Amino acid sequence: MPMRDLLRTRRMWRPRQKLKDHYDVIIVGGGTHGLAAAHYLARNHGITDVAVLERRYLGSGAAGRNTTIVRANYKTPEGARFYDASLKLYEGLSAELDYNLMFSQHGHLTLAHSDRALMVMRERAEANRLLGIESELIDAAEVASMVPVMAPLHAMEHPVRGALYHRPGGVIRHDAVVWGLARSADRAGAELHPGTEVTGIDVRGGRAVGVRTNRGKVSAGTVILATAGWSSLTAQLAGVELPITTHLLQAFVTEPLKPLLDTIIVSGDLHVYVSQTDRGEFLIGSEIEPWTTYRMQGTLNFLQDCSRHALELFPWLERARMLRAWAGLCDLTPDYSPILGACEVDGLLLSAGWGTYGFKAAPIVGHTLAEQVATGRTPELIAPFALERFHRDELVSELAAAAVSH
Amino acid sequence: MSFVLHCPHCGPREVTDFRFGGEVRAGTGSRPADERALTRALYLRANVDGLQREWWQHRAGCGAWFQAERDTGTNRVLRTVAS
Ligand SMILES: Cc1cc2nc3c(=O)[nH]c(=O)nc-3n(C[C@H](O)[C@H](O)[C@H](O)COP(=O)(O)OP(=O)(O)OC[C@H]3O[C@@H](n4cnc5c(N)ncnc54)[C@H](O)[C@@H]3O)c2cc1C
Ligand SMILES: [Zn+2]
Repeated sequence: MPMRDLLRTRRMWRPRQKLKDHYDVIIVGGGTHGLAAAHYLARNHGITDVAVLERRYLGSGAAGRNTTIVRANYKTPEGARFYDASLKLYEGLSAELDYNLMFSQHGHLTLAHSDRALMVMRERAEANRLLGIESELIDAAEVASMVPVMAPLHAMEHPVRGALYHRPGGVIRHDAVVWGLARSADRAGAELHPGTEVTGIDVRGGRAVGVRTNRGKVSAGTVILATAGWSSLTAQLAGVELPITTHLLQAFVTEPLKPLLDTIIVSGDLHVYVSQTDRGEFLIGSEIEPWTTYRMQGTLNFLQDCSRHALELFPWLERARMLRAWAGLCDLTPDYSPILGACEVDGLLLSAGWGTYGFKAAPIVGHTLAEQVATGRTPELIAPFALERFHRDELVSELAAAAVSH
Repeated sequence: MSFVLHCPHCGPREVTDFRFGGEVRAGTGSRPADERALTRALYLRANVDGLQREWWQHRAGCGAWFQAERDTGTNRVLRTVAS
């Protein structure tokens, strides 16, 4: 065992060093995307002169606040292909990182409460299957046998008519993803710098050449912005304006209960989704608040509306105590698809516009952005998500598949 | 817990009474010069962390649209004005 590993027995990664004057790659944001980029830069391309600059602590943003759903049954071919590639990477990530990410692919059900919803879902299942993604429509009887703990489907205020069943969907422990990626990037030689806020981006001749931070100025060959909810603010440091608004998304958990629910249940009509965690808590979430904000504080109306709707599906939750609730920021685009790759400033790559669905994309974002840094070319998988699409009028609308269903 | 807006016509109400209409964009009203300018006006947003001038409608009340000045970092509403 090398000496430095002896000294590291109680740490997942080295404490931060003094910032160097220059790095080949600077990654702004120590969430799942920034850390995945550092991991794949090292693993796939041997690029390790890399610094991840994080304003607070690693995983302090949406990375540590999400409801950990991973799935690939998006509506557009561009989206479905992209998220499917991410899911495949997640399937191998525990082994790749030598770290148990507790991935349970226990299935994902999107409930239909109307004929119209059934029709839209039938189409989505078809489109998914054409791309080789497991996705099928099931009827109410099948829903009832799969989720016997749900309220009688016909007696609900909004009766369940069927569901879109996505077998490979599941949950993966978000903190573990952060820690596993950070450890891997650190071991490969990338530097992790928590407590380091980027306050400026130096652009010379239309090219990003470095950043300013609360710990001094650093130059860089390439700057990657992976700041999710704060993307508008960091991009503006380089003079880039984004089609993004930042909103609050909240979730809460009940006290732990015995194992009762082994699929993810989503209802767009009821604006609610429910899963049961490994600890037994019922994890319940909803949609974003419609107003924009950077303040991560929850609202009472969320708890009220959300518990009401959760009780429609699972009336026996009436006795469960609420354990804790929290909120995070979501960077929403007009078409519910992300903004990835190059922008009008050379040497500046973006991972933004993640709305309520970016956790599942972390591996493929890191993978493709690392490839773009190494080759200088935009990987085909992310080309549809270029910022320029808004000028070319080529939006990739995922509204139907991404509004409630994160 | 939440925050409260003063409808210029009705008075203070919880935010859930209102429809959010987004930030007030400078220069809206004048005709965009070219296609890029049109896209900018349509999609790009300042999305500031701090004082933001924004549109609200008192949906559950008088129905009127008005403007508010809110600090998006704290959700404190500094003032509202009838439009
Ligand atoms: C309640 C909730 C539930 C969600 N549920 C799901 C889900 O089930 N499935 C799913 O796929 N997605 C979900 N999401 C969305 C998902 O969490 C995010 O889209 C994703 O985590 C964003 O990528 P990230 O992890 O890199 O972002 P973050 O973890 O937010 O990372 C961005 C980092 O940038 C840092 N930063 C910002 N500005 C600066 C600066 N100037 N200098 C340095 N650092 C800076 C921040 O501190 C932050 O740590 C959910 C989000 C929330 C809030
Ligand atoms: Zn009013």
